[in-house]
Amino acid sequence: MLGDKVLMVGNEAIGEAAIRAGCQLYFAYPITPQSELPQLLARRMPEEGRVFLQAESEVAAINMVYGAAGAGARVMTSSSSPGISLKQEGISYIAGAELPCVIVNIVRGGPGLGGIQPAQSDYFQATKGGGHGDYRLIVLAPASVQEMVDLTALAFDLADKYRNPVMVLGDGTLGQMMEPVEFGDIKAEIPSKPWATTGRKGRARNVINSLYLDPNKLEEHNWHLQAKYRRIEGAEVRYDSFNLADAQLVVVAYGISARIARTAIEMARADGIAAGLLRPITLFPFPTGAIAQAAEKAAAFLSLELSAGQMVEDVRLAVNGRRPVHFYGRTGGIIPTPQEVYEEIKKLAGEEVAK
Amino acid sequence: MKVVFERPQALSDVTTHYCPGCTHGIIHRLVAETIDELGILERTIGVASVGCSVLAYDYLECDWQQAAHGRAPAVATGIKRALPDSIVFTYQGDGDLASIGTAEIIHAANRGEAITVIYVNNTNYGMTGGQMAPTTLVGQVTTTSPRGRDTKEAGYPLRMAEMLATLKGVNYLARVAVNSPANIMKAKRAIKQAFTVQVEDGGFALVEVLSTCPTNWRLDPVEALKWLDDNMIPYYPLAEFKVSGEVK
Amino acid sequence: MAKVEFNEERCKGCGLCTVVCPEDIIALAARINKMGYHPAQVKEMDKCTGCTLCARICPDCVIKVYR
Repeated sequence: MLGDKVLMVGNEAIGEAAIRAGCQLYFAYPITPQSELPQLLARRMPEEGRVFLQAESEVAAINMVYGAAGAGARVMTSSSSPGISLKQEGISYIAGAELPCVIVNIVRGGPGLGGIQPAQSDYFQATKGGGHGDYRLIVLAPASVQEMVDLTALAFDLADKYRNPVMVLGDGTLGQMMEPVEFGDIKAEIPSKPWATTGRKGRARNVINSLYLDPNKLEEHNWHLQAKYRRIEGAEVRYDSFNLADAQLVVVAYGISARIARTAIEMARADGIAAGLLRPITLFPFPTGAIAQAAEKAAAFLSLELSAGQMVEDVRLAVNGRRPVHFYGRTGGIIPTPQEVYEEIKKLAGEEVAK
Repeated sequence: MKVVFERPQALSDVTTHYCPGCTHGIIHRLVAETIDELGILERTIGVASVGCSVLAYDYLECDWQQAAHGRAPAVATGIKRALPDSIVFTYQGDGDLASIGTAEIIHAANRGEAITVIYVNNTNYGMTGGQMAPTTLVGQVTTTSPRGRDTKEAGYPLRMAEMLATLKGVNYLARVAVNSPANIMKAKRAIKQAFTVQVEDGGFALVEVLSTCPTNWRLDPVEALKWLDDNMIPYYPLAEFKVSGEVK
Repeated sequence: MAKVEFNEERCKGCGLCTVVCPEDIIALAARINKMGYHPAQVKEMDKCTGCTLCARICPDCVIKVYR
């Protein structure tokens, strides 16, 4: 399979990438629209001598992840929005205890039971904490099935590099779409983990814990975590751009929205409108610097999301009042057409030019 | 003269935060003696829960993971599936295991996870100040049942040992108490058997240990031993409910 | 011959040992230790049989038994 392209469904591509990245355990729970991933791994993990276990709930699954990660293993779980809500307690504990793991969220419409169609309305939950306390997840947002592969592999590496949970934030469209992918570059390079609870075997005991009853110690721990997040912000920002250099109207979009935006921008360019795309690949750390830089030349920004407007707040923060930041979104599982996004771009371009 | 009784190696040489007369200390020692006698300290990983025993990781010399309230059996599952040659145990109170953690304990037991669960039952949420728990006895006064547990409002106390014994995945299950030297000897035998099951057969074992809570029962430590005898044992009978996978 | 040693600075004065001793030779002292508790102590060590019941009920493992 090395170097060969295969046609693969997004959800399944994540599973194959995880196996090649050395994922040793996967804890599952069924939920639409990601059930193809546990179904694939139920078959494939035992074939590779790895562990597949379907837990009794998403809560149990994330706690199994905590245990296995604390024991030094590469471990993953996946779910969709309502199930990710259930995992928030466990994710906070994982972040507090500084354990590496990969959590895949194939986002669907919310709030509550919501719908099973795609959405991007978990942005706040993913990037601003989600669970209690001051912590961050590294959040990776693929926009193609190949990126589902590449970013899943990257997720395991970043998780181990920073001893932090990493979220791969997809959506139902990406999960279900089929595109050619290749796995050639993935290597499972797992660092040593002297902190893990593997049984003492002669060393001093290790304790995996997030409890610090002494406020001085808890403050120290929190600043330690923050210092880590500053390092991540300094080193791990990733984004892509399309027609950005001379763009007057910059569309900021990730995942499936970015693909729609790209087509709409091509339509706008054909119409003489200088539109461009800035596509965050890491949602945390957010490409604040790149957006601030684009704000020097651009006249306005448009945040395009499958939500009521979440990432738009981070775009506004990055632009810092220098330029107007607009928002266009559809929710409930409705996906905008390139035509309607192009109309929005045209409308905004008209308003901004008129200024 | 030689030493015939001293602190086990696996029990940390520190003063615990437990109240005077709280029998958590006895149970910790029985687990430590077992770890010493089976020679498993170097490959044992404990999972601490949330309750008075949250700091258990400071009191036994093995590796530890601290788990969220009720989740210890799931955490233990993750550890054991990652490291099948390790010995994994959880140490949980009644508020932790029989309330918020009922799903996790039932399913870990049902899957027959090769772990050992030490379930300490003192009929209340001790650490948070003595609130009613699913194990609080009928009529028992607690800070959230100030008029005594009313079965119309709160149902009857949960007998976890009896319920879990019905699961095929359970290899060994016993209920013991630590309120007298005779009961402590029997408790030690049960705890040692529970760990031995994991070491030898790789099966699931649970020991429910009836324990005192002098502070929240508003009794002195000696009175609390008697209260356990008079009130808890009649409702929570001491027995081996399952041995080698067979219901007794 | 038998004797017990109490680590009096670790004792929390809970009194459990005083009620299980078959020879009734353990009592709480009048003085207090550094933690503010009245530690348990043996009045008549020559009557100690080394049965270990006190040590086995002590929640704080403060008793060492010799026989």
